[in-house]
Amino acid sequence: MRALRKVYKGTGKAKRGGSTHSARWAPPGAGSPPVNDVVALDSLDLDIRAGEFFGLLGPNGAGKTTAIGILTTRILPTSGKATVAGADVVEDSARVRQTIGVVPQRPNADLSLNVLENLQFHAAYFGISFDVATKRAYELLERLGLADKAGSKMSEMSGGQQQRLMIVRALMHEPDIIFLDEPTVGLDPQARLDLWEILRDLHKRGRTIVMTTHYMDEADRLCDRLAIVDRGKLLALDTPRTLKSKAPGGTLIELVLDGDSAPAGVIAETIAGISRVEAANGLLRVHSSRGGQTLPALIEAAESSGRTVTDIHLLQPSLETLFVSLTGRKLG
Amino acid sequence: MSAPRAEVRASSIFIALLRRDMRVARRELPFFLLRTTLQPLMFVIVFGYLLPRMGFMGRGYTTALLPGVLAISLTFSSIQSVALPMVQDFGWTKEIEDRLLAPIPISLVAAEKIVAGVLQGIVSALFVLPVARLIMGPIPNLTFAHFGDVLLITILGAAAFSSLGLFLGTAIQPQQIGLMFGVILAPMIFFGCAYYPWQGLSMVPVMKYAVLINPLVYVAEGMRAALTPASPHMPLAVVVAALVVITAIFWMLGMRSFMKRAVG
Repeated sequence: MRALRKVYKGTGKAKRGGSTHSARWAPPGAGSPPVNDVVALDSLDLDIRAGEFFGLLGPNGAGKTTAIGILTTRILPTSGKATVAGADVVEDSARVRQTIGVVPQRPNADLSLNVLENLQFHAAYFGISFDVATKRAYELLERLGLADKAGSKMSEMSGGQQQRLMIVRALMHEPDIIFLDEPTVGLDPQARLDLWEILRDLHKRGRTIVMTTHYMDEADRLCDRLAIVDRGKLLALDTPRTLKSKAPGGTLIELVLDGDSAPAGVIAETIAGISRVEAANGLLRVHSSRGGQTLPALIEAAESSGRTVTDIHLLQPSLETLFVSLTGRKLG
Repeated sequence: MSAPRAEVRASSIFIALLRRDMRVARRELPFFLLRTTLQPLMFVIVFGYLLPRMGFMGRGYTTALLPGVLAISLTFSSIQSVALPMVQDFGWTKEIEDRLLAPIPISLVAAEKIVAGVLQGIVSALFVLPVARLIMGPIPNLTFAHFGDVLLITILGAAAFSSLGLFLGTAIQPQQIGLMFGVILAPMIFFGCAYYPWQGLSMVPVMKYAVLINPLVYVAEGMRAALTPASPHMPLAVVVAALVVITAIFWMLGMRSFMKRAVG
């Protein structure tokens, strides 16, 4: 369950096999992969259900984008198997593409075309006539608050508008499953909230949504189920509520010291209300069942070991504390 | 039952891809023509108009020059119209992602680029031919009696260069795109028998055979066979065979390189 080793070896791999609208990641083939390559995904095994709002949560470099890349047929898995809506992502990639809509991390609209043309041609790439596409484009633009932008060029749109256009585009061919790769990165807070509303609405209308994010609050508020991944491995998989209940009890307290934290760690273990002491690299991390009340004792422990506290962080039990306890590092 | 339906769909999607490229090309037509025909036409002005009038060039030189200039405009237009968008799309804008997510085999997306490049090559050649003829005045031995052959060479040449464009555009790193012009296009054009007939190289036998790896040689000589058949040129059959082989090789290289960039 813990994948804390920082190993850079082998090749990227991911896979999933699954039932309708869903995905399962089977273990990769045995055998050691070539040395020096980065393991983007390491025997990830997932099953995403139809109609689910599913989140892949992890820090940058966790393998989320690789996972989405494989499921959307844009990246070939090194080994393993993945199916989307019953179609194999490698063997039957064209059929997979028919059933999915993809919202990329960065807007990648066709810069030579205006907004409406982008949507018309996208639909045409799915065999939809221009007439049908035009009608649908106006409906969707209206719904996502871009009605007045039909004739605009990309250069005339804000980042938030372009990102919404990417969602409109992904919906043009009425896919059953929508993949979003960190859709709110780089958006201002209001645009982010707007996007959340749009995603909730899509989900309500019965779409399966698979989203990657490294924002805890986003994952917490939107997703039915969450997979926490790091360094290509699945660390936890459950509803946000259950995951939060699994978070280690008490407040997570981190003290940054000006030197070796190990001696202070030994003392900290004797403090009442303190559990799970980790001390390494000048960082003292403990769980306190008495919240911040243990702080004076902790500072004293540090000082009696001859160290000065240079910084202090307190984290309430949350996905974040769970993540820290799983991976030993923070998300952001 | 679903198989034939899927086939129809693939073709309609292919047409949609082509329609997109044609719409963009039509919008950029003036810039496209400027980019691809200005240099050959300037060459026509200097070597086909000024120098003959100054007496530095024989009037007959225009006979060798016109087919060559056509071939060069094909080179510029077909290579550029495929390679430049590829470099841009894969390098930074990622615009092509949208098309790579279309429910057809990805190789069709690449094939469409080549077809679009061929069409743009034809437009460019059809533009240069009358303009060059106008600038140079009457050209000895020029005949339009074999216009079918002209069209055949234009299409084959454009296909060879578009495939080369696909390969170059996907194999070259975006930062090095300048090299494409200096290191690949420039030598190709100067040693492509565009400004002189291949037979003229008999004076320098080493060069006569060395230039045979250059696809432009066959396009220029094919144009001579079709437009000025009374002047020295390679046999049309040799030209056609060579262009088919060259297109097949670049097509394979281009496809492989495209697939590598398109699917990670």
